[in-house]
Amino acid sequence: MSYTNPPTVPRKSATFDDYTLSEIRRAATTGIYDIRGGGAKRRLPHFDDLLFLGASMSRYPLEGYRERCDTDVVLGNRFAQKPLHLKIPITIAGMSFGSLSAHAKEALGRGATAAGTSTTTGDGGMSTEERGQSQTLVYQYLPSRYGMNPADLLKADAIEIVVGQGAKPGGGGMLMGQKITDRVAAMRMLPKGIDQRSACRHPDWTGPDDLEIKILELREITDWQTPIYIKVGGARPYYDVALAVKAGADVVVVDGMQGGTAATQEVFIENVGMPTLACIRPAVQALQDLGMHRKVQLIVSGGIRNGADVAKALALGADAVSIGTAALVALGDNDPAYESDYNALGTTAGAYDDWHEGRDPAGITTQDPELMKRLDPVLAGRRLANYLKVMTLEAQTIARACGKSHVHNLEPEDLCALTVEAAAMARVPLAGTNWIPGQNF
Amino acid sequence: MPTIDLAESGLRSLNKQLHDVGEGSNETHWDIINPRGAHAVAVGVNAAIAITIHGSTGYYCAGMNREARIVVQGSVGPGAAENMMSGSVTVMGDASQYAGATGQGGLLVIQGNASSRCGISMKGIDIVVRGNIGHMAAFMGQAGHLVVCGDAGDALGDSVYEAKLFVRGSVKSLGADCIEKPLRAEHLAVLEKLLGQAGITDVKPSEFKRYGSARKLYNFSVDHADAYG
Repeated sequence: MSYTNPPTVPRKSATFDDYTLSEIRRAATTGIYDIRGGGAKRRLPHFDDLLFLGASMSRYPLEGYRERCDTDVVLGNRFAQKPLHLKIPITIAGMSFGSLSAHAKEALGRGATAAGTSTTTGDGGMSTEERGQSQTLVYQYLPSRYGMNPADLLKADAIEIVVGQGAKPGGGGMLMGQKITDRVAAMRMLPKGIDQRSACRHPDWTGPDDLEIKILELREITDWQTPIYIKVGGARPYYDVALAVKAGADVVVVDGMQGGTAATQEVFIENVGMPTLACIRPAVQALQDLGMHRKVQLIVSGGIRNGADVAKALALGADAVSIGTAALVALGDNDPAYESDYNALGTTAGAYDDWHEGRDPAGITTQDPELMKRLDPVLAGRRLANYLKVMTLEAQTIARACGKSHVHNLEPEDLCALTVEAAAMARVPLAGTNWIPGQNF
Repeated sequence: MPTIDLAESGLRSLNKQLHDVGEGSNETHWDIINPRGAHAVAVGVNAAIAITIHGSTGYYCAGMNREARIVVQGSVGPGAAENMMSGSVTVMGDASQYAGATGQGGLLVIQGNASSRCGISMKGIDIVVRGNIGHMAAFMGQAGHLVVCGDAGDALGDSVYEAKLFVRGSVKSLGADCIEKPLRAEHLAVLEKLLGQAGITDVKPSEFKRYGSARKLYNFSVDHADAYG
């Protein structure tokens, strides 16, 4: 009997997987790091790893559709004389005119207004379309101060001082030259066609002691009318939130690493920051330790997709959530209807993230006049409003099942975790146990 | 001519009164006494009035000024005239860091010295400094003019865009992508105008050197990666 040497099946490295190999080849060819939009794509502990327990013998549920479950939220009543009162606890995150088309900004304003919530400007100032269509508009105050002027500041319903964002805590921004059109250049006071860099630190304050004085200035300029938010990327949420409260914030926004960006280095997006799920409880703990929970409101963002995510974030102690990527998808981003266009760009619907290149087939992350025409701001705004209403109904459904007459009455005790990691991060028991890793041994 | 004693009236009352000045108001000259280093003095003013602050102030004096002509008879803390849109701010003493930061218009005159990051991210403001300035002046300056009659510290004009920088004395070092450029007739005219507006008559425009962007960082190139840090 003769034996042949049986071949093994070709085996690829788990460490050097196909994506990693392609990135090495890309870097070797171009000499530049990979830039893309969106948030972290790697698998992370997330809201999917939590479950609601629902009512039974020990909890009394509310009747769906008949018994009230309120969803409104007041934001900014610590110091501001005109706090926001939103119908739903889901807001639209800051995204710039420049990274987004004017139609997209208009659609966000239309959708948010129809749903009774706020939308937010971004790096590049306040566009007329956005202010015109947004009943409640939050004005971002960013390190670059592109387009920043006191006239717009006084038109804002709230001011959000951006210290950082989840996709890139500690990083600045960039808008590639392809998207710096005449209008964008004029608003930012930059030459047309250059790569616009945004600083990672504010130009005129350093640290929380300075920020407290900066906030005093902003309050004086706005005659103490306007709520002031501080937005931080999810990095050290306990200390960042505590310092934001100390600096005088009315509202703190904590953005986890699934939160999107218009353009940042892939290595930054995937390797800096903390998952949203891991940020909430330390942030809430900071507020509770200072006696400021529900007095300084907490908005959580980064990977919020549906009403269950909303309900879970609120149950963990947030007052509201904010959506960016999901809102763009509701407008039409990455829609399979444009599959052939995505294929022509070397990608596929659902994976397109080269938002910085300005060639978005859906007409959202572009300044190309022809592509922009693809997005009908009225229809897209309607789609966003529908989506926001569905998310709200979903959150209400869950809250009623937990016996809550307001979504803010959801609490950690309504949750369990499917994984040890999620249990530790969310500080809720592993399902079927009373074990909260790191809390009780 | 209203006189506000900041030691008695408080900051909120002061800024509220300044914000409430209506168009055509007869109260066109305001005096502020006893500022005692207070922050956010005369911020967000939006009226063509004259304000004289008799003493030194803290952070963000005259921040986001529109139209007002503000004179500080003393020194100012960080961020004086930050994001100014129009009008003028004159500091008779020295200015701390970030003076004129992100300013989009108007004229900031500092008769003494200015600390670090003077004119950081300037977007159209004109700044004239009679004395010296510290490091990182006009960092990422986008537009406007910075005129320094004395010396400049390290990293002048780092990552500058289209702001035009003029220094009469020495420059300790230039920042990334900042180079010396020829001083042409149009620049001499700009200098003459700005020095005149600042009331500086003993300095000649021809004594300055001009600095600005080499424009090598305007679009990313791996061959310039070292300049990005």
